[in-house]
Amino acid sequence: MNATVTTLIELAAKRFDADASAIRPDHDLFDALGIDSFAAAELLSDVEDKFDVEIPDYELQDIKTFAALADCIDRRR
Amino acid sequence: MLDLSRLSCIGVCLRDATVAYKDRVALIEANRHRENARWTYAEYRRDAERFAALLQSRGFAAGDRIALLMQNQARWLISATGAMWSAAVLVPLDYKLTAPEQVSLLAHANPKVLVTDYAIWQRMRRDERAAAVFENIQVFVVGAPENARDTLAPAHAYELPESAEGFTYKESARDDVACIVYSSGTGGTPKGCLLTQKNYLSQAEVLGNLYPMAEGDRYFSVLPTNHAIDFMCGFCLPLMMGGAVVHQMTLRSEYLAATMQRYGITHIALVPRLLKALKEKLEEKLDDLPGWKRAIIDRLIDVNEMATLRGPNHKLSSKLLKPIHDGFGGKLRLIFAGGAFCDRAVSEFFNRLGFPVVIGYGLTEACTVLTLNDLKPFRADSVGAPIEGVELELRDKNAAGIGEVWVRSPTVMKGYLDEPELTEEAIVDGWLRTGDLGTMDAAGHLTLVGRAKNMIVTEGGKNIYPEDIEAVFGDLDDCEESCVFAANYIWPAQTMVGEKLVLVLRLTREQKGEVPEKLLASLRRHNRKLADFKRLSGIVVWSEEFPRTASLKVKRQVLATEIRGALTKDAVQPL
Repeated sequence: MNATVTTLIELAAKRFDADASAIRPDHDLFDALGIDSFAAAELLSDVEDKFDVEIPDYELQDIKTFAALADCIDRRR
Repeated sequence: MLDLSRLSCIGVCLRDATVAYKDRVALIEANRHRENARWTYAEYRRDAERFAALLQSRGFAAGDRIALLMQNQARWLISATGAMWSAAVLVPLDYKLTAPEQVSLLAHANPKVLVTDYAIWQRMRRDERAAAVFENIQVFVVGAPENARDTLAPAHAYELPESAEGFTYKESARDDVACIVYSSGTGGTPKGCLLTQKNYLSQAEVLGNLYPMAEGDRYFSVLPTNHAIDFMCGFCLPLMMGGAVVHQMTLRSEYLAATMQRYGITHIALVPRLLKALKEKLEEKLDDLPGWKRAIIDRLIDVNEMATLRGPNHKLSSKLLKPIHDGFGGKLRLIFAGGAFCDRAVSEFFNRLGFPVVIGYGLTEACTVLTLNDLKPFRADSVGAPIEGVELELRDKNAAGIGEVWVRSPTVMKGYLDEPELTEEAIVDGWLRTGDLGTMDAAGHLTLVGRAKNMIVTEGGKNIYPEDIEAVFGDLDDCEESCVFAANYIWPAQTMVGEKLVLVLRLTREQKGEVPEKLLASLRRHNRKLADFKRLSGIVVWSEEFPRTASLKVKRQVLATEIRGALTKDAVQPL
C-alpha cells in the first residue's frame, strides 16, 4: 500500500466514522463509507487540504475505489 | 420591457449588451477562496472577439458546429459568445458524463471544434474510439498545466490571440439552429434536440420580462451550463440584461456559501436535491439555537410570511430575518429550482424565509420552461400555469382527470438531429408529446403526477433513459435476454420522486427460474460500475421470450404490458 492511499483511507474513515482497518485500497469507496456522490464531494475538500492539490469535482465521476482516488491525487502532486 | 421579437439571434442581443453596459462587470470567476479573474462587458466582448478570430482563422464557417465540454467557467460563456458571433451551432455537452459517454455524443454531433477541460481531455483521449472521433475535430484544451502543454496533441492549448484581427462579425438567422442539446442517448440512440435562435429568443423574452435583472444583480452559475436552465438563466438572460454571472470552480457546499456572501449573489438556480440539503442544514442550525432565540426567529418567520403573502419583498424579508439572509450573502432574491421534481415542503420552507422559489416544468425539447408557478401570491402545490405563448393540453384523460401533457409553443424544437422517425413520434401536427402525466386545476395550474415514458428523473436532475444503461448488462451468463425498465413504466405509479430502475431478465432453461448466485454477483458487480444514480434497484425474472420488432429491437411497451398483466411490483427482487 503506498503512503497516499494509506493516508487517504485514514482521512476518509475519520470523516465518515468508518473503521479504517477494515478498508482496503480496492474497496468501493461509496460502499465502504456508506456514502453517495454528494457526500463524497465533502471528502474532496479534506483531500485537497491534506495533500495540497486541487481536484475538480467531476473527477469523482470515474472514481470508484480508494486506490483510484489515491492515483488521482498522485497525478496532481 | 425586453423585446426580442425583431432580433435575428442571441448573438446580436449579447453584442448590443456589450456596448450598452460596457463598463459594468459581466463575469467573475472564483476558484475556492480566491478570485481567478473578472471581466467588464467591454473585456468580455474583447475576449469573445479574440476567440471568434481564432475560430475563423482556422476555417470555421457559418453553420459549423462547436462543442463545449467543460465545467462552468467564464471561458464557457466567452467561447460560446465568440462562436455565436461566427454564426456557429453550439453543442453544449455535460461535463459530468463519463468519458465513453462524452465520446459517443461527440461522434454523433460531429463538431468541427471542441473546447474542453484538461482533465476531461485526458480521460477522453484514452477511449478506444478517440483516434477516429477526434481525427476531424479541432480540440482546444482549457487549463492544461504548463508542463503538459507539449503532450496535448492532436489537441491545442486554449490560447486567445493577442488581438481580434481578422475577425468578421456574423449573425445567424432566426430559424437557424442555435444549439444541439442532448436530452439522452449516451448509450442508446442519441437524441440531439435542434433548438433554433427563435426558440431561445422567444423563451428569453418571456423569462426576461418575468424576472428582470439589472446592474448589480449577480447570478451564481451552479447548474451545468450545458443544462437548459443554466444556459438560459446563467448565460443568456443576465448578459442580455446587464447583470453579472459568477462562477466558482468547485461546487462543494462550503465554497457555495462563501461565494454567495463574497459576491452578493441575487439569483441562483439549483436542483431540488441541493435545495433540500440546504434546507436540512438550515434546520439543523435553527434547532441548535437556544429556546428563546428559536422562539424569536419562529415569530419573525411568521411575521415575514404574513407580510409577504401577496408577493415577495426582499427588502423587508432581509431585514426581518437578517441572520438567515446574511448566511446567503444578504442579497439573494430568487431561487430557480429546476431539472427535477421539487418537493412542495422545500420550496414553501424557503419562501417562508423570504427566498421565493421559482418552480417550473420544462424539457429540453422545448428549450427551458413551459410552465412557472405563481410568486404573487406564492404557490408551490403545482408546477404552475403555462407561460406566455405556450398552449398546453392534457390528452387521453382518465376518469380522475389525468392525461398526457402535450404542448405547442414557439420554444418547441425543430426536431432531433438525424432522427426523422423519433422527431415524428415526438412532434405531431406542431404539438410536442411530453410523455409526462398531469392534471389541471380550475386556475389552469398543472400538477405532474407521473410519467408515461420509460425514463426516470433523479432528485439531482438527471434524466435516466433505461436504454442508455442497458449495454452494461448486455452480456450476462445464464441469461437469454435482458431489458432495463423504469419500474413505474411497467407498474404506473402516481409519483415524481423515488423512481427506480429494474432489470427484466429471461434465464436460460437450465436455471429453471432460479437466479443463480453467480449471476447475482455479476449483476452487482456491473451495477457498481455505474454512477450511483444509474444503478438498478432490483430484478424481475420473466419466463416468456421478449417480443421484438422485425429489426430485433425489444418492443418495450408490449413487454411492459405483458409483465404488468402477469406480475405485481412485489415480483421485483432487490439487488
